[in-house]
Amino acid sequence: MNGLLNYLKEIGAGIKTLLTGMRVTSGYFFSPKEIVTQKYPENRDTLKMFDRFKGELEMPHTAENTHTCTGCGICENVCPNGSIQILTHKKENEEGKLVKQLHTHIYHLSMCTFCGLCVKNCPSDAIVFNQSFEHAVFDRQKLTKVLNKPGSILKKEAKGL
Amino acid sequence: MYDFSQLTQAIHLFLVQHLNSSSVAIVELVLVGLLFLTMYAILGLTLVYMERKVCAFIQNRLGPNRVGPLGLLQTVADLIKLLFKELLMVKKADKFLFNLAPFIVVIASMMTIGALPFAKGFQAIDLNIGLFYIISITSLGVLGILLAGWSSNSKYSLLGALRSGAQIISYELSVSLSLLSIIMFTGSMQLSVIVESQANGWWIFKGHIPVFISFLIFLIASTAETNRGPFDIAEAESELTAGFHTEYSGIKFAFFFLAEYMNMFLSAALAATVFLGGWMPFHVSGFEGLNQVMDFIPPIVWFFGKTFTLIYVIMLFKWTFPRLRVDQLLTLEWKYLLPINLVNTIVIAFVVVMGWYF
Repeated sequence: MNGLLNYLKEIGAGIKTLLTGMRVTSGYFFSPKEIVTQKYPENRDTLKMFDRFKGELEMPHTAENTHTCTGCGICENVCPNGSIQILTHKKENEEGKLVKQLHTHIYHLSMCTFCGLCVKNCPSDAIVFNQSFEHAVFDRQKLTKVLNKPGSILKKEAKGL
Repeated sequence: MYDFSQLTQAIHLFLVQHLNSSSVAIVELVLVGLLFLTMYAILGLTLVYMERKVCAFIQNRLGPNRVGPLGLLQTVADLIKLLFKELLMVKKADKFLFNLAPFIVVIASMMTIGALPFAKGFQAIDLNIGLFYIISITSLGVLGILLAGWSSNSKYSLLGALRSGAQIISYELSVSLSLLSIIMFTGSMQLSVIVESQANGWWIFKGHIPVFISFLIFLIASTAETNRGPFDIAEAESELTAGFHTEYSGIKFAFFFLAEYMNMFLSAALAATVFLGGWMPFHVSGFEGLNQVMDFIPPIVWFFGKTFTLIYVIMLFKWTFPRLRVDQLLTLEWKYLLPINLVNTIVIAFVVVMGWYF
């Protein structure tokens, strides 16, 4: 008798869990607002990528054409597949000292795996990922980019910090 | 109000006036055959489209939406692609059986739709053993599957086919036993009689709890019979690549694919006919106003409405439940469905004898 009761209880519990599952999937079926698919080429103008999206590497410049890259080369060293090359040169600063400064920051988009180690390790937060995602070009030369703008210099830090 | 037999009678009279009796028979056979073949193809395409859309909405996707408006022509494009594909042949396959198998599967599913009553008078042949005929023809399909598995000379195909055999032989019992409940209520196996007997209420309401149990069992067992959903151990993409149709390509593969969907339609249509009144509108005896409003909706709408609702439920099974292992599958049938079904059959016999139904 006890066995029969257990048998029936088992069936009841089984049906209950099955119905719970079906309620969840039916809920998704009848709620078209939750659809996550983007109709890409049509919504190209309105499509906005989320903030943490790793698009391509970018070096933010201020209005005075300055950046914060010191040319230390840490990003070049941490990059696992060598997509960053830092070229530096010695240049006089305002005090007349000869200092090592950034000459060109070369970024090979074709080799980048978007791991983000460079951005994470940069001591002066000079590089960030932007939200662009349409990387296709007809000439692969275009995938090699120079991140610092021509004529840009290191941003002067406020003394005493 | 909506009687198809008037239309068919008019066509018959028109043909009799212009032709002799033997050519009338030939012309009518050709007409019926063309009508049902077209319906078969269109239903197959619709079901594939519906499956993809339902699956997509359940998974919060959009599904096909590029070919034609709302992706409606996607399945047509797929069919054209399959027609142009090369028919690959396994070198050491049994060529005759290999080519025969998909046709057996398709013909088995095609033969049954002739016996289904789609609307009043819209039935190719009204056999007095309609239900028995449908049960026996649908179980012919497994022959095709077994032949496909055996003749492909491939271990995946053979394993899939043997699993399918075990599955269908087990679940055939539950399907027939659950249909037996309605046969006991109506005392007839003729589908038109079964539909007419539901004029004062569908069997699922008239027969209350025991019929509801057998309806559930029928739904589960027929899902298993079509090799679908959580019971797809015969195809088993994850372990047997594609099961019995691993070695098939092009249009022969499409035949298996189409037959699977048509079997799903058949089981849904059969459940709708037997338990939910087929083309019979929703009637409650005593409420004449309601009955007349319901009569206003054409029976073909009722039939396809019920059928597609059940098809949606079967699709929901597939996209909700995890797959069963072979032993779990057989446990479900032999330890749960069959004993419950047998007890239920005795209960129904008692209910019928005592007249405890509406």
